[in-house]
Amino acid sequence: MKINRFWSWLALFFGILYFALPLIGTLEFSLRMRRGEYSLDAYRVVLGDPRFQATFSYSVAMAVATIIVGVLLVVPTAYWVQLKLRRWRPIIEFITLLPLVIPPIVIVFGYIRLYNTSSFLPLTGSAWGTNLLLMFGYVVLALPYMYRAVDTGLRAIDVRTLTEAAESLGAGWLTIMTRVILPNVLVAVLSGAFLTFAIVIGEFVLAALLNRPAFGPYLQLVGANRAYEPAALAVIAFSITWVCMGLIQLVTRFQKHTFAKR
Amino acid sequence: MAYLEINDLQKDFAGLRVVKNFNLSVERGEFISFLGPSGCGKTTTLRMIAGFEAPSSGMIRIDGRDVVDLKPNQRNIGMVFQAYALFPNMTVDQNVAFGLKVAGRPKAEIDATVKEMLGLIKLDHLGSRYPFQLSGGQQQRVALARALAIKPKVLLLDEPLSALDAKIRVSLREEIRAIQNKLGITTIYVTHDQEEALSMSDRIVVMNEGRAEQIGAPFDIYNRPATRFVASFVGTLNLLRAVVADPTHGMVEIGRAKIDLGRQLPERKAGDPISVALRPEAVSLAAADGRSARLEGKVRDVSFLGSVIRVNVDVGGDRISLDTFNTPSTPPPVVGETAAVNFAPEDVLILDA
Ligand SMILES: Nc1ncnc2c1ncn2[C@@H]1O[C@H](COP(=O)(O)OP(=O)(O)O)[C@@H](O)[C@H]1O
Ligand SMILES: [Mg+2]
Repeated sequence: MKINRFWSWLALFFGILYFALPLIGTLEFSLRMRRGEYSLDAYRVVLGDPRFQATFSYSVAMAVATIIVGVLLVVPTAYWVQLKLRRWRPIIEFITLLPLVIPPIVIVFGYIRLYNTSSFLPLTGSAWGTNLLLMFGYVVLALPYMYRAVDTGLRAIDVRTLTEAAESLGAGWLTIMTRVILPNVLVAVLSGAFLTFAIVIGEFVLAALLNRPAFGPYLQLVGANRAYEPAALAVIAFSITWVCMGLIQLVTRFQKHTFAKR
Repeated sequence: MAYLEINDLQKDFAGLRVVKNFNLSVERGEFISFLGPSGCGKTTTLRMIAGFEAPSSGMIRIDGRDVVDLKPNQRNIGMVFQAYALFPNMTVDQNVAFGLKVAGRPKAEIDATVKEMLGLIKLDHLGSRYPFQLSGGQQQRVALARALAIKPKVLLLDEPLSALDAKIRVSLREEIRAIQNKLGITTIYVTHDQEEALSMSDRIVVMNEGRAEQIGAPFDIYNRPATRFVASFVGTLNLLRAVVADPTHGMVEIGRAKIDLGRQLPERKAGDPISVALRPEAVSLAAADGRSARLEGKVRDVSFLGSVIRVNVDVGGDRISLDTFNTPSTPPPVVGETAAVNFAPEDVLILDA
């Protein structure tokens, strides 16, 4: 028993070391821009860079759009699968997992072939068209996470009976969706949303190949040309992801106090 | 015409007919139970009335209007589910108000109705609780209030008490019946529990394999079961093998004993094997007035149940179970002794062998 615990602690220790060391190293390095002392100079430079502000707000806007479209797509689909297409569930799940198997580079080359300026739907011909394409690409990348989260949320409630109860009380499809289903899977939707946010903020391949001014390509650009700033940027990007994870934890806990799942 | 009319209702699931030729007329304000074993089609029939399943054929009419083509949310039917199905994100008040809100009623009316409904189920003080803060019995009462708040034409309940423990089941079924009486709402109550059906209903529909085997008042269902299935499913029954001796004079032979039923058996011929069925309470050990029929047997088992003693008597290889009152002055029968079983011929049910 005692020995057992010792090995567990040791494993944990090495695990933490494995993940934490590079981070600590990066953090430490990012603070060394000024010679001989620690300072936040690298952060000041990065945050003051207008390209940082532009690319970051572009990616945030993209993330928000992706989340909205993703929720509108995934929640009704997952709901419908639970309600009427139980037998289809494995197929739908397989489809939602595909983006994990197919590399983004393949997806984006497919997009460029399909929607180039000489195609039936020349989305890449204009900036807004490309933005739209990029956003849909993000929706695809986030699909596995979003679908999982929402599906788990839906499984925790008795979708079918709740729907029927609401129907017998005179509710239509929209009312059921907005007043009964969505509020009960809100936490799941939010965790899906935060994951999506984290993915979109750091995404590189789609944005770079579609040539959009997103945060990911900017990270790469700075990383290739500067010494201390990339480290600061990496720390910032990590913090964003962590804040998202923390928010997921927070909303999950918050729900348990207001209403429990049966 | 009846308030709720069901004609020749049928339902097929993937080629399997689970509801067959179902006919029923329900008067306004009546309390009807669907009683039958699990899988006999009670829920499916109820769901067709509610609109959650489309009938394969047949007609459903409520208050003179054909509802088969109406969606569930257009039928104005109150539904109570076994699993309560309260909206977890809403308080008790909000749950009860839901149907009225959807219908766009004015706020004052909603508030008044919610108050009235919570009074009806005696949960006035719990309006601001969430479902997870309530016991099962309380949740089901809220579900009832929510269904009643929209003043539905018909109230449907699908085994609403099965998830609750025995004590609450009994008190809640009395409460449901009282509320139903008070509001005079036409009600269909699905259950597999015969005691529930017998104690609550104006009429019972006994269902078996998708068919309505018998429709009648609890008294008739229990005392004059139309089929062997009804007789054996509702209540306990003692079955004795017998043979028709003389159909025109109502003579049957049970073992070596001949019994005069005092009524003709027009559908039977002499020599037909039949089953003679007796309810435990129709049989006694003491010979009393009017119990002219008598069979000899051996006491096999005596169990003391307090105010009642249950005695098992072997009559020609068939078991008869009967209850006698525990009277301190008379000692109970002893296992192994011979006993005479007495009953009135008119209490005898004749069933197919
Ligand atoms: N959606 C369905 N698809 C296929 N078969 C079903 C479906 N619903 C019910 N059945 C079948 O119909 C029969 C009757 O079911 P049900 O009405 O639920 O019975 P009960 O409520 O009396 O227990 C059962 O054999 C059941 O398996
Ligand atoms: Mg059922």
